[in-house]
Amino acid sequence: MAAAANPIAITFQDVSKTFERPDRSGSFTAVDQLSFTVARGEIVAVVGKTGCGKSTIFNLIAGLAEPTSGHITVDGQDPFGDFAALRGKIGIVFQGDRLMPWRTAIDNVLLGLDILGADRAHSQAIAREWLAKLGLSGHENDYPHALSGGMRQRVSIARALAVDPMLILCDEPFSALDEMTAQRLRAEFLRLVREAGKTALFITHSIDEALEVGDRIMVLHRPARIAFEADTRGPVTTERRAELRSRILEALASESEPVTP
Amino acid sequence: MNEALSQKRLLQFAVGTGALALVWQIASLFFPDYLFPSIPQIVRRFVDIATTWSTQVDVLTTAGRILAGLAGAFLLGVALALVLNKSRSAEAYLTPVLILLQGIPALSWVVIAIIWFHGTEFRIFFIMLMTTLPAFTFQILDAVRSMSKDLFEMTVAFRPTRWKMFRVLVLPTVVPGILTAWKVNLGNASRVVVVAELVGATGGVGYELLRQQQLFDMTGALAWTLQLVAFVLVFQGVITAIEQWALRWRPKSERAI
Repeated sequence: MAAAANPIAITFQDVSKTFERPDRSGSFTAVDQLSFTVARGEIVAVVGKTGCGKSTIFNLIAGLAEPTSGHITVDGQDPFGDFAALRGKIGIVFQGDRLMPWRTAIDNVLLGLDILGADRAHSQAIAREWLAKLGLSGHENDYPHALSGGMRQRVSIARALAVDPMLILCDEPFSALDEMTAQRLRAEFLRLVREAGKTALFITHSIDEALEVGDRIMVLHRPARIAFEADTRGPVTTERRAELRSRILEALASESEPVTP
Repeated sequence: MNEALSQKRLLQFAVGTGALALVWQIASLFFPDYLFPSIPQIVRRFVDIATTWSTQVDVLTTAGRILAGLAGAFLLGVALALVLNKSRSAEAYLTPVLILLQGIPALSWVVIAIIWFHGTEFRIFFIMLMTTLPAFTFQILDAVRSMSKDLFEMTVAFRPTRWKMFRVLVLPTVVPGILTAWKVNLGNASRVVVVAELVGATGGVGYELLRQQQLFDMTGALAWTLQLVAFVLVFQGVITAIEQWALRWRPKSERAI
């Protein structure tokens, strides 16, 4: 009998992350005693000012950085300590498309499947399917330089989703695109993530984007700690949306400006 | 666009060398053969060397020495570059040594090799290795360090094994740098091998050049030199073809001509 899926996708328990300054003049804390959980199938939007530690949280969940203290689990595993155990379970959509310029669109989508050692023919079919879902049929053999910014970001979304990850991490994935393209792509992305029932952590600067994508919104203050949290599931009326918007804005504004080191 | 540019370059090459040949031919009308042999004489000797097995063996010997020296320097250069990339202390101690080695003239290595070693082939290999190793090491190190941090992070997020990481990211990143290193070092190696063969070798283009000098035979000297030039051009062409294939993903405007 297959083991039941872990109902909790991510746990952060008193997590802190401290970095040494490049000039070795001391250290600074990027994440301070942060605790939260993300349920399986939930989409959480994380909002905060530049430098509030959003990207550090992202790297900690992805297992690209080790916490200084505290405990993190992704699908019950330590993402840094049990690095290989989470192979294929996390898909990442970065701010830039980060496509390999020497790979065609389909080969870029195949990257994760290739790393997982999946059957080539089956992987090809999956990659084609994802490119089709993202409106890129006919562009499979195009190199990144021949694609527009929006098309490249679609390829990077297909690359993240093709491995059928349990968790999708998004680091301001649409911020480099023009507003029209970003809106269209965001809607498509959300539809695909919701259809597949994936868990997602969506980092953004934009309050409107957070309200659009998140089942839950977390506002962070520097060093990363939760200053405000709101559940946005269910029908959100115009009034409720306006109220949430103003409360998020208030939470962001209440943060004192950092002292330049 | 790229093709048109290639054709233009080819035409410029043909016009440039044609003009040089013409000037040489005119000079040959006014000077004795031992100073300026005529172009047809040089071409005939070149063809003789190229079509006679006993002389082709000398050309192939030199080509083999060049390729063996380059391959040795490349493999050692890769190992050294990986060590330098991995360890800051290794970089701090080894870089000055490599810079020092780079400053030693090829002729000094010839003298050192003659004093240190007996075997001709090993002497030549040693000279080739020492003269091309620093450049290979630095060029490969640059290629490894040119790896995009963004692409590295993106690939690591998929949690690849070391071998997969090498295959999907490291190798495609360093290939352009490696090909450039081979192209640059091929020119250097072809010059050094002649110097190495001039002293102590019993075969090869350098040895034949020494014989032509003793015979005061300018036609032979030029024909043998052109054999080496032809080898370098053919091998450069092979590397360029590999480069064109390996870097076919680049927009045409960014590819090497």
